[in-house]
Order: sequence, then structure tokens, then C-alpha cells
Amino acid sequence: MSAKVLDPLKLRADFPAFGRVFEDGRRLIYLDNAATTQKPRDVLKATRRYYEESAGNVHRAVHRLAAEATGLYEEARQKVATFIGAPSPKNIVFTHGATEGINLVAHGWARKFLNASDEVLVTEMEHHSNLIPWQQVTRERGARLLLAPVLEDGTLDREAFRHLLTPRVKLVAMTHASNVLGTINPVAELIREAHVAGACVLVDAAQSAPHLPLNVTELDADFLVFSGHKLLGPTGIGALYAKAELLDAMDPLLTGGEMISRVWDDHATWAEPPQKFEAGTPHIAGAIGLGAAVDYLTRLGHDALRQHEQKLTAYALEKLGALPGLKIFGRAPERLAVVSFALEGVHPHDVAQFCDRDGIAIRAGHLCAQPLLRRLGVPAVSRASFYLYNNRDDVDRLAEGLLAVRKFFHATG
Amino acid sequence: MQLDDLYQEVILDHYRHPRCSGELAEDEALVDEENPLCGDHLKLAAHISDGKLTGVKIQCQGCAICTASASLMAEAVNDQPLADIRKKSEAFLAVLRGERAASEDELGDLVALRGVAEFPLRVKCATLPWHALAAALQRLTAPPAA
Repeated sequence: MSAKVLDPLKLRADFPAFGRVFEDGRRLIYLDNAATTQKPRDVLKATRRYYEESAGNVHRAVHRLAAEATGLYEEARQKVATFIGAPSPKNIVFTHGATEGINLVAHGWARKFLNASDEVLVTEMEHHSNLIPWQQVTRERGARLLLAPVLEDGTLDREAFRHLLTPRVKLVAMTHASNVLGTINPVAELIREAHVAGACVLVDAAQSAPHLPLNVTELDADFLVFSGHKLLGPTGIGALYAKAELLDAMDPLLTGGEMISRVWDDHATWAEPPQKFEAGTPHIAGAIGLGAAVDYLTRLGHDALRQHEQKLTAYALEKLGALPGLKIFGRAPERLAVVSFALEGVHPHDVAQFCDRDGIAIRAGHLCAQPLLRRLGVPAVSRASFYLYNNRDDVDRLAEGLLAVRKFFHATG
Repeated sequence: MQLDDLYQEVILDHYRHPRCSGELAEDEALVDEENPLCGDHLKLAAHISDGKLTGVKIQCQGCAICTASASLMAEAVNDQPLADIRKKSEAFLAVLRGERAASEDELGDLVALRGVAEFPLRVKCATLPWHALAAALQRLTAPPAA
């Protein structure tokens, strides 16, 4: 049986944002999916239904709304666990996003277990969210932070990675896929190598979770984080996966209500994970919305999505690559539908401004990856990133827009 | 608001041929300002002589708006009395914040940048050079450390 083919135009009908007509009569061409995605009606309905019908708090009261809310919230946790192949929902901690997940591991685990002789290994293609927490915690513990370099084609320097991966490395924290280059790192192999060297591995799946099938059990990942809003879900919700023994060993980052077992005047004991890490009232509606987003993606099917994105990436690389004066950063064979580029003589900010005039949303800047951009030798880039609702027509419109910008800046020069 | 109003001919000209511009060595630059949101980067050198700012030189790595703003600013403040520069800076920033209308008498060529006020996300591009200038003036006029 062949995988079903995804129809972006049909899918757009699920997203209210694509029905919007702007004041200038234009419609949205949304190519900033690596930053955040549009939301399907299912997600909006699920969050709305919670607020309209089931707005009780979780895990406390016995009344019916509280029971419903708790049921929906825990059901969402189960959906997330299934989505990433976690053995149990108890391995899933709801966070406000990938950033909080990484900080939770940095402060709750690394700060507790890192010693001065230890090292943390990251890559040069990390988003700042998977770099700064490690800078902070290694500095605090007197440990060392190492960056595995990126090769010219935008792939990880595997040899250098192996060389840096000594028994001193206690943790490898790496992105599954680069938000700038689109490069997909071979995390399964890298995790195997790290485990042989005796290191734990945190996978930053913020970019990959929306596009690739994930299975933390097969990967044998120790920690994995992602954000809901990049995979059709609400903002302010995400998840941390960790192995049970790690969650047991970790300290909570936030303390207070809902994360306790017993409380005395001067001390308290913690609840079992994951509640131990979810102090205060969580983002209940967000978690429910994330569950709906995961359902939507699962129905769509990862094979169909991947096939669609691979075709679109190939087309975008060919079409944009053929434009005069355009340079594409990153040529990894295994990649996401993310294309960062520079247009000769035009600053990325100006490129994005002109694209916006045409209703095309792209990103410009350092993309929260300053060390990588320094390595690429540019202060900023433009980036188009695609998703299930984008098609070849969007690529063509972007190409036309880029030609027009170039003409504007060069013709009058 | 049309993009042509933002990217006026004067702005494109200053972008392509920035005035008072050149490489600045680490020890030459008084200030080194960066817009952390977009990576625009600007270094500025200047002196004070007889109550006037002189020898303004800028190294700017930024978008058309930032580069043109730096170039127009350099022309507007070079060899000018400090008091006039402060007045001009206040007037320019107020226009960009949308607090008052732009007057050519007051702003001179800087008036070309008034359209930026209509693009809130780009205001910081145009103001970066002026923030760098303010920091430079502060360094130049601060009493020497005891």
C-alpha cells in the first residue's frame, strides 16, 4: 500500500489563518514555520472547549469540572507519550516549551551531578536555547563546555565529535535538526556513541518533532524536549521526556503547590514524577491543545508529511538556488524543509520587509544561532521554512518576491 | 504606507555609499553597539574639539535602514556643537517614536527616515546609530575616572 499523498490546499481549509484577507487584499503565504506554525481548527476547538465547558483545576478538587479537566490533561500527556514513543506518560513533564525543558535538565540534573572535571558537549548548530543553559551551568560548576564543529556542507563534523567525546563528557546536548541549516543529525548513531563513552544525551527536538517520527525508546534518548507551538499546538506548552531513573534523581526547578507529597512547617517531600516538576497550576488548555495537535499530525501520517516536505525542499533548493546572487547555507543530504539564504547586496532585514509587502512571511536575523552564523561568516540570514500547508506555488511566489527585491536594490544603484 | 516611502532614494543612496564610513580598529571605536534581535552591528569613533563633535567615523554592518540612518546621522552631527546634536537627536527619536511630525527645518536630510515610524519593527534599525552616538557622547564628556 502506498502512503497517502498530502494535499496542502485541502489542508489549508483546516487553518483559519489562511482564510484571512489582509487590508491590502493579500492572503498569507506563511514560510516561517521553523519559528512557529499556524493552528488548525481542531486545536483551537479543543482549547476553547476546555475554557467553555471544563475549566476546573487539575489533580485537586472532586467536582465534575475538576475531574474532566484532570482527565483531559492526563489524556494529553498520554497522547504526547505515544507520539514520541515514550514507555509511559510518567516520563512526560509538561513545560512551557523546549527552552524550559532544557533549563529543567540544566538546573535539576546537570547542576546537581556535574563536577569540575566534567564536560558538556554540544554542537555548533545549537539554537541559543540549547547553548546558554549549558554555558551557565558549566560555568557555575566549573565544568567545561565543548562545541562540536559543523562542516562546510552544514553537517556535523562526526570525526571531531568522536574526538571530543571522551569519558570526561557527562552530557551530550544536541539538536536533532538545525533551525538554520535544516540539517538532520543522525541522533540514533550519536546517542549510541555517547552512551559507549558513558555520557547521557539530551535531544533538542524543537525542530524535528513537527516533521519527523520520533521514538525515544528506540533512540534510547535520556532526555528529549520539544515545543507545542512549532507542531500546530498552542504557545506556552511543550514537553520534556526523560528516563524514569533520571526524573527520580533530578531536582525540581519550581517548587510550590501541586508538586509535593507531604509538607511540614520547615520541609516537604516531593510528589512522584512528573508532578514533581509541575508546580502550580499548569497550562491545562495548552496541554489539551497540544494533544489535539498531536492527533492531527498522527492522522496526517508521518510518511505522507515527510514525502511532501522532501519534495517541496528539493523544489525550493532548485528554484531558489537558481536565482542570481542567491546563496544557500547548508547542503546536508538529510534535511528538513528549512532554507536559509543570503541575497547578494541586500540585507536579510530588507529582504524580509519586501517579502512581507507581498504577504510572504519569512524570517530574517541571526535566528538565535549566533555562534553558527559567525561560523558561516554572516551576521544575519533570511530563512524560509515550510510545512504541511505549503506548496510549490508558495516557493514560486517567494522566488518572484526575491527577484523583485534584488531588482529594487540593484536597478537604482 | 508604501515600501517606496520607506526605502526612499536618499536612503538607498546612503545605504550604497555610506558617508563618514570605514573600518574601525578595536581601540579606535568609542562604542560597539549591536542589535541583539537582528545582528545589526555598529562601531563609532569621534572626538570633541571646541565644543564640537569632530572626526565622526562609523563602521556599520546592517540593513539598508540602519546603514542609511548611520550615514545620515554622521553627516548631520559631524562638526556640530554638542548642544545642537542633542537637540537634533531628541527631535529625531521623537519623530521615530511617532510622538511628533517631522520638520525638515529641524531635521534636515534626516527627514528622509520619517517613514520608518510607520514600520514599528524597523524603528530599532534606524535608532541603533543614535543610541551608539549617545553612548559615545557620554564617554567623551564623562569626567575622567579618579
